[in-house]
Parts: sequence; C-alpha cells; structure tokens
Amino acid sequence: MSEKTIERPTTDEAAIAKEIEAEEKAAARQASLLRDGWADLRKRPLFIVTSLIILILLALAIAPSLFTARSPFSDGFCQLQNSMTGPSSGHLFGYDVQGCDIYTRTVYGARNSVVVGVVTTTATTLIGGLVGMLAGLIGGWADALLSRITEVFAGLPLIIGGLLIMSIWGGGDVWSVSFIMAILGWPQVYRIMRGEVIANKYNDYVTAARALGAGSWRIAFRHILPNTLAPVIVITTMNLGVYISAEAALSYLGIGIQYPNISWGVMISDAQDRFLTSPHALMFPAGALSITVLAFIMLGDVVRDAFDPKMR
Amino acid sequence: MTIIDPTDAVPAQRPGDHDNTGPLLEVRDLHVEFQTREGVVKAVNGVNYTVDSGETLAVLGESGSGKSVTAQAIMGILDMPPARIPQGEIRFYGQDMLTMGAEERRKLRGARIAMIFQDALSSLNPVLSVGFQLGEMFRVHQGMSRKQAKAKSIELMDRVKIPAAAARVNDYPHQFSGGMRQRIMIAMALALEPDLIIADEPTTALDVTVQAQVMDLLAELQREYRMGLILITHDLGVVADVADKIAVMYAGRIVETAPVHELYKRPAHPYTRGLLDSIPRLDQKGQELYAIQGLPPNLLKVPQGCAFNPRCDKAQDICRTEFPPLVPVTEADGTELPGRASACHFWKETIHG
Amino acid sequence: MGRYVARRLLQVIPVVIGVTFIIFCLVFALPGDPIQALAGDKRADPNIAAILRAHYHLNEPLYQQYWHYISGVVTGDLGETYNGRAISDIVSERFPVTLKLGLTSFALEAVIGIIAGIFSALKKGKFIDNVVLVSTLVLISIPVFVLGSVLQLEFGVNLKITPVAGIEHGWPQSYILPAVVLASTSMAYIARLVRTSMMESVRADYVRTAIAKGLPTRRVIGVHAMRNSLIPVVTFLGFDLGALMGGAIITERVFNMPGIGGQLAQSVYLRERPVVVGLVTLLVLIYLVANLLVDLLYAVLDPRIRYE
Repeated sequence: MSEKTIERPTTDEAAIAKEIEAEEKAAARQASLLRDGWADLRKRPLFIVTSLIILILLALAIAPSLFTARSPFSDGFCQLQNSMTGPSSGHLFGYDVQGCDIYTRTVYGARNSVVVGVVTTTATTLIGGLVGMLAGLIGGWADALLSRITEVFAGLPLIIGGLLIMSIWGGGDVWSVSFIMAILGWPQVYRIMRGEVIANKYNDYVTAARALGAGSWRIAFRHILPNTLAPVIVITTMNLGVYISAEAALSYLGIGIQYPNISWGVMISDAQDRFLTSPHALMFPAGALSITVLAFIMLGDVVRDAFDPKMR
Repeated sequence: MTIIDPTDAVPAQRPGDHDNTGPLLEVRDLHVEFQTREGVVKAVNGVNYTVDSGETLAVLGESGSGKSVTAQAIMGILDMPPARIPQGEIRFYGQDMLTMGAEERRKLRGARIAMIFQDALSSLNPVLSVGFQLGEMFRVHQGMSRKQAKAKSIELMDRVKIPAAAARVNDYPHQFSGGMRQRIMIAMALALEPDLIIADEPTTALDVTVQAQVMDLLAELQREYRMGLILITHDLGVVADVADKIAVMYAGRIVETAPVHELYKRPAHPYTRGLLDSIPRLDQKGQELYAIQGLPPNLLKVPQGCAFNPRCDKAQDICRTEFPPLVPVTEADGTELPGRASACHFWKETIHG
Repeated sequence: MGRYVARRLLQVIPVVIGVTFIIFCLVFALPGDPIQALAGDKRADPNIAAILRAHYHLNEPLYQQYWHYISGVVTGDLGETYNGRAISDIVSERFPVTLKLGLTSFALEAVIGIIAGIFSALKKGKFIDNVVLVSTLVLISIPVFVLGSVLQLEFGVNLKITPVAGIEHGWPQSYILPAVVLASTSMAYIARLVRTSMMESVRADYVRTAIAKGLPTRRVIGVHAMRNSLIPVVTFLGFDLGALMGGAIITERVFNMPGIGGQLAQSVYLRERPVVVGLVTLLVLIYLVANLLVDLLYAVLDPRIRYE
C-alpha cells in the first residue's frame, strides 16, 4: 500500500474543524422531532387556551376548596326542602333533586373525573407501551403470543366490558374504575407502539448503532424509542379526554363511580328524570363535562398537528 | 360503410398545434419562488435553456439546485400557491405556456410533454392495476374504449420490453421489480408519443445494471420517436452516454453549459470541475477522496455575488461582490465554441489553466 | 388471497375461545347463589333447589359448565334464564330494535360523515372546512347521553317534532332522533378521518403523476385520490358497525328503546347471570365477526395486503 498523499485543494485544518462543528450544531438543533414539535406547540394559540383550561381543571382537582367554601361531605349539606331549586345568588348552579348544591358537587366531581382520566391514561400508556415495545422488539413467537392475548382483551369493547366487570366486582370508586378501564384500554396503545417499533426496527440507523457495538437495551431506549413516541404522545393526549368521557358514561349507567363518591356522570344520571322540567340540574354538570373533554381533545388535536411530520 | 379505426390516422392537428415556430422547448429567464413560513425561497433564478427534437439535454446539479422545480414548472404541476412564477417564459414550439389557459395546458400535459419520475413505486397508484393506469392515457386523451385502451397498454408494455405483457397487464405496481416499474413509467410517458419527455432522476433509485438497461431503453425510444429529452440527474456517470449537451445548475441558476464531451474534457466553471474531481477514479487508489467543501446554499439567503463563492477555492474579492453573468466561452485565441457558456468571473483561467 | 383469508379465519378462533371463556369466568365469579336469589327472601326448598342446580349444571366444575355453554352457543342455544325462558327468544324479540337503530345510525354517519369530510378536504382552510372542524370537535366532546337528553328535550318536548321515547311510532319516526344521537360521535370521527385521509392522498406522489399525465382534476381526485383515501374510512366503518350493535346501550336507555342494550343494562343491574353472559357473548361475537370482515374487506380494497 503506497503512502498516503493528502491531495486536498482546501484550506487549513482549523477551518475544517470549525466547519464540522458548525454543521454538527446545526444538525443537532434540527435533530429531534420532539424538540421541533414542542417549539411549534408553544407558539399555537389553541395550545395556550386548552392548556389554561386544563390547568384550571387541575386546580379544581387538587384544591377544590379554593373554588368553593362548602364541602359536599359536611353534615347538612343537602337539604331536601331545596330540591330542584334553580340557580340563585350564592348557589350558582342551583340544587339537585336531593337538595344538594350543584356547584359544589360539580367542583368536587372534577377531582374524580380528572383522577380517573389521568390514572387510566397513564396506566394504558405505560402497560401498552411497554408490552408493545417488547412485542415489536422481540418478534417471533413472543410477539405472536402477546398479540393473541391482546386481541382477546381487545375483543371486549369498553362499555360492554366495563359493564360486565363492574357489575361483578362493584367498586364504585375512582381506583376500580381506572383499573377496569386500563385493562380494557391498553390494547390500543399496544397496537400503536408495536406498529411503530416494527416500522423503525429495520431502519438503517438501528443497523448502524448495532454495528457500532451498541447493546440491545441501549438501542431500544436510546434509538428506537424516541422515534416511536410521536403517535403515542398524540393518542395519549386524546385518551385523557376519551377516558374522562368513558367514566362519565359508565357512571351514568350506574356502574362507574357510585354513591357516595361524586361523579359528573352520576349527577347527570340523577338529573335525567326531572330533566324535562328542571334542566339546570343536568346542564351544569353536562357543561362541565363537555368543556373538560373538549379541552383535552382539542389539546390532542393541537399536539398532533405539531408532531405529525407529514403535516409540517 | 366505412369503419373508422381510431388507432390509425391520428389527426394531423394535435392539441397545442398553432403556428409552430421556434424550437421544441425554450425556457427564457425563468424565475420560480416559494412563499414559506420562514420567507421567500428563490428556487429558480433566471434559467435559460433550449431543447430541439431528437436532442437530449442533461440538467445536472445537487439537491436544491432548482433542476426539478424547473422541470415541474415546465410541466405545470407546481402547486401555485405557495409557488409563484414572477417572471419568465416557457415556450413550446414558440407558444408561451405560462400565458395559456389551464385547460389548454392540461391537454398538452401527458399528450405532448410527458414526465418520468424518480421513484416509480410511490409514483404509481398502488391500488390501480398497471393496465388501468396505462390505459387511462388513451381513454382520457383520445377517447378510446376500455378494450382498445387495454390492447394499446399491452402493446406499450411490450414496447418497453416487459415480459409476458398480456398476462401482467392486470397486475399491481408492487408486484413488479424496480426496473420493471420504471419501464412502466416510461411506457406511461410514451403512450401518446409526446414531443418532449422530461425524466427526473429516472435511475437514481435503481441498481447499476438496471440503470444501464433503463437508460439504453430511453435512448432507443428517443431515437425512434424523435423526441426531445430533458434528463435531470446528479449523476455524471449516467449522463455521458445519453446526453448531447449539459447544463449545470447551482442555486437556481445555470452556471455552465457545454456539449457533453467538451464538459468532461474541459470544464469552464469551478463547480463543474469540483463535480468532476469528486468522481472516484481507479488511479486514485490509496489516496483521500476529494469532495467539494461546504454545503449547498440556503435558498432563503443566497450568498452575495457568485452563489458558489463560499465553497470555491479560487474565490477572489470580486466573486463575493459582483454577480457573474452567463457568458459565452471561447478558445484562448477567441474562436467561438458553440453551445458553451459559463457564469464565472474567471472562466478563462478555469478552462485554459 | 385465499391464503390470507384462511389465515385470518384461523387467527379468529383462539380469540373467540379466549374472550368467551373470560366472559364466562367473570360472570360466574359473581358471588352469591343464584338459586337462592331467585327465591328472594324466603328460604329456598332444598329439593327444588337441588333439581334446579342440576338442571343449570351449577354443581359441575367451571370448565364443564363452560363446555355446556359453548356447545349451546354453537348450535344457537344461548341458554335459559332462571325463569326458564330461552335467551334466544329474548334476543329475537329485542334484536330487531337494535338492528334498526344500528343500521339507520350507520347509514347516517357514513353518508353525512363522508360528504362532510370530502367538502372539508377540498375546501381546506375555507369557511366550510372550519365549520366541519369545529362541529366535529364539539360532537366528539359532548357525551352521547348529554346530547341525547338535550335533543330529546328540544325536538321531543319543546318542538314536538319527534316522539320523546319508545318505539310506538315505528320506523322511521321513533328511530330517527336516537339514530342521529347514536351516530353523532362516529360521524364526527369519520368526517375527520376522511378529511385527513384525502389531504394525505392529494399530496401523494401518484397524484402528482396523475396530474402530470394531463388527467382532468375531477378524475385525479375522484379516481386516484379517492380510492386510496377511502380505505381507512371503510375499515373504520366496518369496526363501527360491530360497535354500534353494542354501543346503543346508552342511547337505548335515554330514549327508552327495548333493544338488546337496554336488556343488557337491566340484566346487569338485576344480576341475571345467564342473560348477561348470553347477551355479552352475542355482542362480542358480532364485534369479532365485524373485525374479521373488515380485515377481509381491507384486502379487497388494498391489493398490497393480499399477497402478504
């Protein structure tokens, strides 16, 4: 092999080094889709509005006493003689059929709805995400087995499955409802994560990482995972709204959150019989519920617009 | 009773026929801009080129040089917002297409000027059969029936040497290999025997051996139909066999034009010289490969003066301030070199040493 | 294509077995003695109780009970209630209501959803697009039972255009408002899906090719873009049809319609185990069959899948 002769008609090494550095910095800035998405997100007015609404909701959930002086668990909270009275000063939302102040109950109901939404979504994302990633990475018989098991869980639609399970095990509090919905809901995240992992697994950057000696775990978490996150983030954000709505539906049917716990769904169900004559008892919790779900779903929309590479 | 067979006696009047004066295609001072969130991207900045019947023009350049945008402007398939054509003319046999009505232009598309795209897999509709997509050309432009169109499709597939055409006419694009798919694209472009074909990187996505076959096929068909061919590519190797003349583009402008062999022998622009030097050669074995330093310019902020100056090792002060126009290139003693031009202040030094 | 179909069919079988078994186990894990529950507060006569238990196989191990059940299902016998009434009778009585509701709903959501989505995609950014976007968002967010109650109040009581509840007026009067309510969420999803799908197709390379071929815009969109963009929509519609059968529970309750959903809700409340198992099994089977049909339909629409 002849000696290396460097025949570069270019200038000195320092300049080259500087140039490489500048290119790397530029590449790093452009690199992450997540970073890009977040920067885009912050600029959108819809994101700011929905985030504000959600922050208010979180405040309601964490510190309801900030919003109302009364407590629905205190003695004498409900006075039958006030039954179905409409809104008045001091009692913004009026009274329900038992004579309880609707405004206070709505405020306290926010907590349960938010907790169920957050817990269920977190659980489904974690479980579905992890199992999906495993199935996608390992492949082969493990994947086939996990997928069949998942299909069995997925075979039970949410309402029907919820109906069934809750009727057997009762429950009626936030944790059992969240648990049940998580069990029925994780297949959705599983499918998405698995699909993304499989789509990414054969990409060149994975082969390159392996060729450079990276171990499997490192490749999975450092390389593949960040690239699978975008659709998962989108679906997670939307699910917050979906699960809050689902909990309300189950509570409305009498099998979600039950007395003595407060839920907007239960409030709506209770108010249904007198709805035609005194709509206020149904409209206020329904309004609160709708605004909450709307905020989360709009957030999901905005997040998807920001993160979807095809829409940019 | 006479039966008129629509497959022969193609009417002498074809869409677009007016008083045919001028060369087949003439692009004059074309500018194309894109309105983006970050500003106005000047993709094409004053491009001029001409193509005659039977002639092959190769347009060479890196990504972002504007070669594809020019072609799409010629075809009229740019999305007009955000794209704008602030000035320029695109003359087809003397008639400026940019001033034509949309419907008139549509009739030319596919029938008289056709385009072949780079990635045949994504450029063919995956849910429609190949026969359907080929037959469409005849059914829409010439009003043929389904049966007639199908027969013509099979003929076309035969013409581009796809084996067992009759059996495969109902197959879907994903069932063909890469080379076969590209042939189908070529067949689609040829269907109505257009006057001009624009091939946008037709072989970039293919293996080397298949590349050669497809280029041979293109050349053969061009000869047979006397078509003009604009070949857009970034691969100097592909061009040498097929092209008659070459236009090198950089940052939306043409920086050099030359007949094909002249360009390879004696480039008159540092960029061209850099491109040629970057081709790995057998006698360079053991040495470090050459590459033009730097990256293509950001089209939002094209460098002042000569767009290539940040990357040119021979750049002088004048290059950073004064824009070099495209001037004819001559011999050292002033003899004309037809078809040669360069946009460099120092073209004399570049070509003559 | 045949191999694909065969494989899909084979894959369904273990899933069906798994799901039905889980349902069965869940329901039979219910605490309490159903025979005693029948008797109410009185102490049940031990002899009669023993006969009943034997009749309903309650003394046998779980898997044997399951086997009795499954063999019954396969032959169309969904078992009996504890009152001796054949569940299949209940089903044949109530299913037509759910079916009419579901199909009407399906037709509404498909037609309105697709048309709205197409207009929205074609006039992107303009007024109609924004109207569709906002209204779909609102429809998705308002829970079905809220929308149902509100519309019931407005159209049934205040405006007196539609019946308030029940099915006395038959089809279509009694079904139209419930169908609209039931369709509302899906309609919104479909409109959005069509919109996104068309927006994507219109930007695809093969659409660029179609334009370059000089095809008129009508054909480019109507033939090339549509064929591809409708694929995800059709698959969604398929899943939804299966879900509609069971998801009518809420709507049936709001409008007091004697369908399967209503029966299911009631039986759950009353702890009527056999009915719950029977109905849930039926609904789940419908859902799984719908999924299977969707998979097959997908292969018909997208030739790339057929040769996997």
